[in-house]
Amino acid sequence: MGIKTFCFKKSLWLFHFGGASCNNCDIEILDCLTPRYDVERFGMKLVGSIRHADVLLVNGSINRRDKERLLEIYHQAPKPILVVAIGTCGCTGGIFAEGNTFAGPVDKIIPVDAYIPGCPPKPEAIIAGIVKLLNK
Amino acid sequence: MIFSTIIYFLIFPGLLFASIAGGFLSWFDRKVTAMVQFRKGPPVLQPFYDFLKLLLVKETILPAKGSPVVFMLMPILALVGATLACVFILLPALNITSGFNGDILVIFYLLNIPALAFILGALASGNPLASIGASRELKLIISYELTFLLILAAVIFKAGMRINLQEIIMAQADTSFIGSISGILLFIAAIFCLQAKLGYVPFDIAEAETEINHGSFIEYSGSAYALVILTKYILLFTLPVFIGTLLLGGLSFTGINIVYSLLKILAIVLLLILIRNTNPRLKIHQAMRFFFVWMNLLVIIAITLSIFGR
Repeated sequence: MGIKTFCFKKSLWLFHFGGASCNNCDIEILDCLTPRYDVERFGMKLVGSIRHADVLLVNGSINRRDKERLLEIYHQAPKPILVVAIGTCGCTGGIFAEGNTFAGPVDKIIPVDAYIPGCPPKPEAIIAGIVKLLNK
Repeated sequence: MIFSTIIYFLIFPGLLFASIAGGFLSWFDRKVTAMVQFRKGPPVLQPFYDFLKLLLVKETILPAKGSPVVFMLMPILALVGATLACVFILLPALNITSGFNGDILVIFYLLNIPALAFILGALASGNPLASIGASRELKLIISYELTFLLILAAVIFKAGMRINLQEIIMAQADTSFIGSISGILLFIAAIFCLQAKLGYVPFDIAEAETEINHGSFIEYSGSAYALVILTKYILLFTLPVFIGTLLLGGLSFTGINIVYSLLKILAIVLLLILIRNTNPRLKIHQAMRFFFVWMNLLVIIAITLSIFGR
């Protein structure tokens, strides 16, 4: 593992994109930053601007309006960027998969590096998913 | 002569030394913040991982609707300003060279360059949130600079009208300035000025993360942002050293004094971190009133007290 990959894996900055979410996954993502789980141990922190981000966390079902925003955010991000689909809605669409306004799960819109299913996934599951992503 | 100047600027006590020391102080900041919040905190080398990742791995995006040249030049200017200020402070403070007459005023201007460069860079990025950040930063500069200048004036007065940093350190050989009432008042005002200069929480109005998404730095990515955070590391090291030199009797790196010098810097940084973690963000007019009325009043009281020899 070269120094570039090593530094990249040691300092992942997260940017959070919520689609038409029910806010459960959003709260579970925030739980990862709380004292009990504390992902800053691994050098991860939540940033406010997509230009600083290394990981794009996408949750919620993506409807037709969200699709444009998601594509725009993805094109604005500096590469390399990892995309993680969180929750059943992000991974497959869940109960919204056959809805009229549903615009496809995240991997039909942008390439996805890791899937974390669950409705909502536990913070342990999110951390486990990110560790798997780092070891890939 | 020229060779040693280059060494001073690039290696010790300039760019390399200041960024490593500032990186460790930045880790100290994050670790203490984590401990205050009952978390575990990042590993020791985290600031260096962040810097190297931004510098080596990430793509740098130029603004389409702004001025790319100014946008890219401004982080470099900020870095040069911070490093020059660090060199001019540390050379007399470590007793390497004696400095020159009036260097305290040069340092005052050099410490302004990073903030001004960030403002220009933000305005060149063409982002509306960045321009809000820039205008807030400008208002913040207007409010804290007068206080900072008055603090310098008080220190110069207490040192017997000397404007040379080394002579100010010499004047504190017996008792440092903080040993008097006016010195304590000056120290309080200086801590709040540092807080505003570093953009720490009561005064992080310009880069409010939750409100205007990093404000001035919203468009910076990749290597340009790496230079921005490197400038912040250097300022986090330089400003506490400057206050330690002005009010706490200077630094000395001989024998047991190394421990005292390190403790002085760490104590100032710890004070900054604790203020940062126990306060909410002010609004811009509250911050301006805080500096214009209360801090200036405090420093003027300190000057008056020092005229009467307290």
